[in-house]
Amino acid sequence: MVNLATLALSAGSLLATAEEEGHGVELSDGGLLAQYAWLMVVLPFVAALFITLYGKRTPRGGAWIAVGTVGFVLVYGLVLLISHWATPIAHTENINIATIGQFDIEWGVVVDGLSIMMFFVVGAIATASFTYAVSYMEGDIRETAFWASFSLFAGAMLVLVSAANILQMLVGWELVGLASYLLIGHYWEEKENSSAAMKAFLVNKVADVGLIIGVLIPALIVGSFRFHDILGAAVEGNPGLVKYGFVIGLLLFIGAMGKSAQFPFHVWLPDAMAGPTPVSALMHAATMVTAGVYLLGRMFPFYNSVAIDVLPIVMWIGGITMLIAGLLAIVQDDIKRVLAYSTVSQLGYMVAAMGAGAYTAGLFHLFTHAFFKSLLFLGAGSVIHAVHSNNMSDMGGLRKYMPTTFWTFGIGSLALAGFPLLAGFFSKDEVLASLNYASSHGTPSATFVMWIGIVTAFITAFYMARAVFLTFFGEYKGDPAHEPHESPRLMTVPLQALAVGAIVAGYFNVPGIFTPFTDWLSGREFAPGDHHAESFDIFVLVLGSLAGLIGIAIGYSFFFADGESQEARDRRFRLPGPIHTLLVNKYYIDDFYMLIVNFIKRPLANAANWLNGLIDAAVSGTGILMSVLGKFVYEGLDQRGIDASINAIGGGTGEAGGALRYIQTGKVQQYAAVLFIGVLLLAVGFFIVTSR
Amino acid sequence: MTIAQFAILGGLLFSVGVYGVLVRRNAVLVLLSVELMMTAVNINLVAFGRFYDNISGQIFSLFVIAVAAAEVGIGLAIVLLIFRNRSSANVDELDLLRW
Amino acid sequence: MDFSLAGNWVFLVLAVVITAAAMYTVSTRNVVHAALALVTTMATAAAIVIMLGGEFVGWVIVLVYIGAVVVLFLFGIMITRAQVGKATALDHEGNVRVMAAVVAGLMFAAITYGIVELFGDAQLPEEGVVRTVDIADSMFGRFVIPFEAVSFVLLAALIGGIVLARRDEER
Repeated sequence: MVNLATLALSAGSLLATAEEEGHGVELSDGGLLAQYAWLMVVLPFVAALFITLYGKRTPRGGAWIAVGTVGFVLVYGLVLLISHWATPIAHTENINIATIGQFDIEWGVVVDGLSIMMFFVVGAIATASFTYAVSYMEGDIRETAFWASFSLFAGAMLVLVSAANILQMLVGWELVGLASYLLIGHYWEEKENSSAAMKAFLVNKVADVGLIIGVLIPALIVGSFRFHDILGAAVEGNPGLVKYGFVIGLLLFIGAMGKSAQFPFHVWLPDAMAGPTPVSALMHAATMVTAGVYLLGRMFPFYNSVAIDVLPIVMWIGGITMLIAGLLAIVQDDIKRVLAYSTVSQLGYMVAAMGAGAYTAGLFHLFTHAFFKSLLFLGAGSVIHAVHSNNMSDMGGLRKYMPTTFWTFGIGSLALAGFPLLAGFFSKDEVLASLNYASSHGTPSATFVMWIGIVTAFITAFYMARAVFLTFFGEYKGDPAHEPHESPRLMTVPLQALAVGAIVAGYFNVPGIFTPFTDWLSGREFAPGDHHAESFDIFVLVLGSLAGLIGIAIGYSFFFADGESQEARDRRFRLPGPIHTLLVNKYYIDDFYMLIVNFIKRPLANAANWLNGLIDAAVSGTGILMSVLGKFVYEGLDQRGIDASINAIGGGTGEAGGALRYIQTGKVQQYAAVLFIGVLLLAVGFFIVTSR
Repeated sequence: MTIAQFAILGGLLFSVGVYGVLVRRNAVLVLLSVELMMTAVNINLVAFGRFYDNISGQIFSLFVIAVAAAEVGIGLAIVLLIFRNRSSANVDELDLLRW
Repeated sequence: MDFSLAGNWVFLVLAVVITAAAMYTVSTRNVVHAALALVTTMATAAAIVIMLGGEFVGWVIVLVYIGAVVVLFLFGIMITRAQVGKATALDHEGNVRVMAAVVAGLMFAAITYGIVELFGDAQLPEEGVVRTVDIADSMFGRFVIPFEAVSFVLLAALIGGIVLARRDEER
């Protein structure tokens, strides 16, 4: 194992091969292609810098420069992916930036199955959403700022994905958080949007505390930040890591929960929809929010060796998240919020799969989800662009006006709903199958999570059917004066491309038949030790697909109505009152958080209020007493005597002030003289004290 | 050679500087006297660095020189500004903060 | 003082020169003469520092003070149009001078008393020349952060000087 690691790391060696644990995969170092992978990471930053400096003088705020760089990432990622498919690559390039004590601070680019897959996903989704945004953001008030931040995000995400050490990952992690903050608050004129940005930032920061501690502990134990060293030590059973494995694993997972919006940190993601839609598609659906899953994937050998007790917790958090977020999606009217909750729910699937030990299934769902969810967001953006409203109650009947958007959105929805032979069908089935597999291989409670997953599959199909029928069927309910129209080609072409992705992405991992995706992901150092079934799990397959189909059917019966009014449809679909209230209020989680915040504020305010009341009472009491007393004194005592003494005091103070004010000469040198004399006196005092 | 002779010479130079700071009216000359005080400090730093066989004394005298250079630059800029506004570089005329 | 040592004679000469030059600096009525007396003072101070083994520091004093600071002062004198030649209004009147002399004298007395009390006639070590290499090692090793901080101070002073002294365009 160690040999493999050192060999694969050595930059100069042309072909480093060694036996991979278990399945004997030969790993090459990828040659020049892998050595220049840093270009992908650097170029978006260059674009961001250029746009920041010269964007205003470039046509369209430098939009095409940004598109060009992510297009380069896509092409490079694709080439890497194909050559990785031919010969698995595992190569790391490290540059030492600084050495602090025993720690080397490095910038590295790791090129292996996991990162290549992410390069490709980031490149593909980014190219689609960037191209789309060229048209979508046309004429925006802060277009230059948008492109700079968007490019910054692409670079930051690639820093995160290509991180060869855990510290660099943290840097990328915070940079994507920054880009997210900037872009959520893009329309900061409205208080709501800037609050959403702040909320996303703060919630993530709370979770990041866990991540930072979780990064430092293993680094201190192993003495290095490199994944290579930490994972190697974990696999070899380093005693320190064995001892603290559970804590480290849990802390890292808390960080992942923040970024991947897992319960109870999921509250920021729906509000993050305040940003422009291409941002939601790229960051808050396809790439940034999957960073937590990626972290789990990158650290998977660690979890599988020394932190194996954390995995059931991971699985359960995923299970809880997928269900509660799915339920929330049912009651939303804002189409982007439906998709946002859906994203949270799907992230729950990925995390649950990771928790069940199914490394490949979790990341495969990440892979397919990236395509169809970004497709859905971009489709929603196209709709919003056409009707100038986020609310589905203003839409309806749009399939006649915007056919391309309709059929692409439909494919995305079907893929998400797990319609057979589309992308979501394969990946969701694999997640469920792996949960079923885990339940019979050491984690009995996975059965429950599997059933939650099946229920969620039904819910997912239902709310997507609702969204599609409310948006594209029935009568157009928006502003009658403004007829919706199909979006320009620059927006529909990315939709079509992603629709193709949403269809074919699933075929890259058909269990037992054609599994290149599994091979891609296992082509890395330290075989992750995946747990998954080798072939289709027919029981789960049938159940999962049925759940999806039933969901679509029920959604159809409730919401499909050509010519029927919105009111009639609403009457047919009505959740019981308390449940509806609970869902509309998002389980009161936000209110709960506010309660906690207020819990700190309120006692203070109350105490101050009480004290205020006390003072009030004392003051008014004294006042009454005084007026009585005053009358008595005024009448009883000789007025002149007191008067005279008061005048004397006042006059005395005035005269003393008049005399003393001459000290304030305003002459700097007199002040300096006084200063020197003071120092002298101190010195003399010091001599007296010390000589005694 | 004793340490005291150097230290006392430094003290003498410092006191002369104090006198200059207190007695001069022209702001440029006040700054000049401040430089005298700084030099006195430098001599003492080097002397004590030698006495304790410690290189920090000389290092810090270098820092003092650097800071003194910065101080002269800023000080003269301020004097220039005052002169421009009030057509005088006399410190005792700058008593806006008095009673 | 032991006058059998040549070093002490040198010191005595330098001490007399530096004291005279410093006193001339603070008492002359000619502004330009004050600046030139400062040159003498600084040169002598550099000699004393070199005598103490601080060769590098001594030459830095020559370069920075005589080469740069005094030139700056001369510019300041010229720009503020102080009378070149004798001027009467350079100093405060009599009683202020007495007061300043008293303060300065007391200060000198206190310093001297303290030094004599604390050090008496403790001898300086014989070997004391510090090589420039050692200063460099120290400066870029242990003191690298103060060094960077000072460089930052200089930068701030540079910018501050420009900002303060530049003439604003008429609004």
